[in-house]
Amino acid sequence: MKKSRLVTGFLGLMALTTLTQCFTDKQNQGQKLYAQNCQSCHMDDGSGLRGLIPPIAKADYLQTHRDELACLIRHGADGPMIVNGIEYNKEMPGAHQLGPDEITNLLNYIQTSFGNNNPRYTLTEVTQMLEACPVPYEAH
Amino acid sequence: MLPVTFTSNMKLSNYSLKQLLTGTAFVLFSTLIYSCQSSPAEQKLPILGSREPVERSVDGKTIVDTVYHQIPDFAFVDQDSQQVTQETVAGKIYVTDFFFTTCPSICPKMKNQMLRIYEKYKDNPNVVILSHTIDPEHDTVAVLKDYAERMNVTAAKWHFLTGDRDSIYDMALKYFIGVQEDSEAEGGFAHSGDFMLVDHNRHIRGHYHGTEQEDVDRLMQDMDILLKELQDEKK
Ligand code: HEC
Repeated sequence: MKKSRLVTGFLGLMALTTLTQCFTDKQNQGQKLYAQNCQSCHMDDGSGLRGLIPPIAKADYLQTHRDELACLIRHGADGPMIVNGIEYNKEMPGAHQLGPDEITNLLNYIQTSFGNNNPRYTLTEVTQMLEACPVPYEAH
Repeated sequence: MLPVTFTSNMKLSNYSLKQLLTGTAFVLFSTLIYSCQSSPAEQKLPILGSREPVERSVDGKTIVDTVYHQIPDFAFVDQDSQQVTQETVAGKIYVTDFFFTTCPSICPKMKNQMLRIYEKYKDNPNVVILSHTIDPEHDTVAVLKDYAERMNVTAAKWHFLTGDRDSIYDMALKYFIGVQEDSEAEGGFAHSGDFMLVDHNRHIRGHYHGTEQEDVDRLMQDMDILLKELQDEKK
């Protein structure tokens, strides 16, 4: 009998985990997209990699370049960039596959997570930004 | 580890809170017992890899020695254009990995974890870190220097190695680390994120997932065990 109890225990735990995961997935598309596309470089806690990959957490860049972030996510970046007083210069690949709605969710996620508390974006705002991405990006 | 069998007549509605608790308690309890088995202070790390008995005769008697897998001599160049060889690590323990600077997938996490090791042992003269690039064509001395300088780590402790492509790939095999050029993989190379711990006799004493914080915690515990072994041997 002990065996079957154990099994039920396990099944219960598994069902619970699956359920909670389903709910959070639906709610936080931004978080999910971050985990899929950004976390490998910018880390689970948004801290980046010392000197090489800038942080998302408490990054002044998110505020000072707010209007450029949609294009940055879609088309990537290279060349020197200063974040919180430190110069970075490494290539970030673009996430070309993401639509305006996904980029909106992703931006709202990073602007309000990892200790950030910046204003959110609307879908209209992001769509307009994406239509107006600077020309050099076209070449990429 | 645990006997788990699924029977077809089991239904989800069958379990009660009590059963769930019993199950959970059992799992917790066994983890507890398992983790209490040995205290790290007395632990001895295994030597990984093949071992061969080798016979020799002393005063007419046959003595059997065990020969363990050992990292062969090597020669690479680091970010300061210095030759790094087996002499560089003589009498020290070291942690090693394989990566490339433009790797978008697992390398940033590996480097983030390696930085923890660097910070913890940067003042310990008995510890060295060797990171080999598997993309020597791109990762020249200049590129590695820029990389290391931006991370603000010194070459005396953490050598970023480049050199002859084939020698690097052969070395990876000696460390049991899988690396290969693969146009399908992100960034053009496929490799594992393993960290290997090597002792002062160039025997491999542990391998760890370099992208996982908990496993790197374990690595640092093992390093302390190994450093103690080194101390005892030097006495
Ligand atoms: C391959 C590693 C990599 C990936 C993946 C990546 N980034 Fe970046 N990111 C960088 C680097 C490197 C820079 C700095 C670029 C430069 O130096 O020009 C950067 C810069 C940034 C910046 C501006 C500076 C800052 O940190 O505030 C933001 C915002 C950002 N990335 C967000 C993202 C988001 C969102 C994603 C996921 C869609 C993402 N990144 C994916 C490496 C990466």
